[in-house]
Amino acid sequence: MVEKDLALEDKAKVLRKHIVKMIGEAGSGHPGGSLSVIDIVTALYFEVMKVNPDDPKWPDRDRFILSKGHAAPALYAALAEKGFFPVEDLLGLRQVDSHLQGHPDLKKTPGVEVSTGSLGHGLAVANGMALAGKLDKSTYRVYVVLGDGELQEGSVWEAAMASAHYKLDNLVAILDYNGLQIDGPVEEVMDLGDVGLKWQAFGWHVISIDGHDFEQILNAFKEAETIKDRPTMIVAHTVKGKGVSFMEHGVEWHGTAPNEDQVKKALDELA
Amino acid sequence: MKATRDAYGEALVQLGERKDIVVLDADLSKSTKTATFAKVFPERFFNMGIAEANMMDTAAGLALSGKVPFASTFAVFAAGRAFDQVRNTICYPGLNVKIAATHAGITVGEDGGSHQAIEDISLMRTLPNMTVIVPADAIEAEQAVKKAAEINGPVYIRLGRSGVPVVHPEDYDFRIGKGNLLADGTDVTIVATGIMVAEALEAKKILEQEGISAAVVNIATIKPIDKELLVSMAGKTGAMVTAEEHSIIGGLGSAVAEVLSEEYPVPLKRVGVKDVFGRSGKPKELLEYYGLTAKNIAIAAKEVLSKKRG
Ligand SMILES: Cc1ncc(C[n+]2csc(CCOP(=O)(O)OP(=O)(O)O)c2C)c(N)n1
Ligand SMILES: [Mg+2]
Repeated sequence: MVEKDLALEDKAKVLRKHIVKMIGEAGSGHPGGSLSVIDIVTALYFEVMKVNPDDPKWPDRDRFILSKGHAAPALYAALAEKGFFPVEDLLGLRQVDSHLQGHPDLKKTPGVEVSTGSLGHGLAVANGMALAGKLDKSTYRVYVVLGDGELQEGSVWEAAMASAHYKLDNLVAILDYNGLQIDGPVEEVMDLGDVGLKWQAFGWHVISIDGHDFEQILNAFKEAETIKDRPTMIVAHTVKGKGVSFMEHGVEWHGTAPNEDQVKKALDELA
Repeated sequence: MKATRDAYGEALVQLGERKDIVVLDADLSKSTKTATFAKVFPERFFNMGIAEANMMDTAAGLALSGKVPFASTFAVFAAGRAFDQVRNTICYPGLNVKIAATHAGITVGEDGGSHQAIEDISLMRTLPNMTVIVPADAIEAEQAVKKAAEINGPVYIRLGRSGVPVVHPEDYDFRIGKGNLLADGTDVTIVATGIMVAEALEAKKILEQEGISAAVVNIATIKPIDKELLVSMAGKTGAMVTAEEHSIIGGLGSAVAEVLSEEYPVPLKRVGVKDVFGRSGKPKELLEYYGLTAKNIAIAAKEVLSKKRG
């Protein structure tokens, strides 16, 4: 079992501050879903994944795909802190002269593996990478984060079927199960039913965790490594806007930037 | 200044008095402005979740059962994500489905290239049975929505995110398939659609200062296109510039080129996105970045004039 990891908690706090600052500076963006996924992203980049900022295309690196691309600030904050590009770049988010696009763009930003933003594509791309890894007998693993609203796209389930069919045990999907999408609670917009059972029925190994508890997050990734002949889905129960009191559980913070006062208030809370 | 998507939302509510009108959305009802209809007529509003393909086929089923569905999402997903549903299930049998796609073009702004549809006019206009309308302002958008509901068959209405100036008078009478000569001229005709109509009118002023007389035509219906007006303006001015917030491949520029080259060839220059994807930035900055301003239209007009034969 992995013990409570204070270093990761501190790191996540730093990344949360980046998220709030960069979206505030940009004047637009998606804070809610960036904050709900940041603990998972932190665990992946600062503990779980093998990546090399000095050689972003290193063939044996683990792959990360942010299928819910609107949470780009979470990915950018991690990449910057990891050293893929200068931290100062973060404040250029969404500006016309910046490499940090509103949604991840692999041709513009070092460390971004897949261009996402149109929901429902990431898992199938992850399958392709996992298949290639098997063909090449490489040891790299593929990690893909999906949103719960995103699961409404039929393409996700086409891909889910394929990952199990091809026994992609080098693939781990993480569901950012924050219960909210744009038009309201997922349950009300288009109910997903029993998500865990659905993935199980599709042939996946399913682990359910608190997506803000590093002990549980790291244990889940460890467990996934032991699962053979099946892909793993980690259903991470999260809170949209996590870490900023006035954003938590707020559907209105899906795609609204904090103003100057709100940025200050958020940073005070995260201090 | 008012966004055409706002006019759409208001027109829908007025149309809602008709019991056969139903509205579908894919988790973007606040952005597409179908949320107002949803509030007033909740029993005739269906949020399909983030599932655009599913939404289009469901709309087809509703149309086959006597309803007049309006299906809305961002243009990039309506025309792109659900293309096969629109092609095979809606257009092939010519079903009475209205697709009102918002956030078209680069003025989506900060969300960036993944969200900026610069190919939707092209995709939609290539489909048999489809009518394609790109309103220039809120007045035209409102009328286009209502007229679309009156005809039988698939219609694609392209709407924008950002506010645009009003270029039409209150008593303007929009007719599907009819272009509109907004300002007459003798040297060159600027044919524009959508948000570029306002820029074209500005370009006319710039050109006037340089002694060039430009006519400005609004082509709101890209398909069926108003051949008669295009040919008569080609005859009258002998040179043409097209302007659209869309790729220069497959959109208004291509549609006009098709008409002119077969019916009345004159020098033509296309102002639009030059075969590249969009990027993040403020809408106004992006219009400059991609060369979609009155100034760019004026420059194109002068270039095309230099090619005009005696
Ligand atoms: C194909 C597609 N349809 C619609 C959208 C617009 N959109 C962006 S985010 C979002 C809601 C996403 O909800 P969820 O997956 O739950 O993300 P989270 O709550 O983690 O932010 C929608 C509908 C999109 N990006 N892609
Ligand atoms: Mg969600």
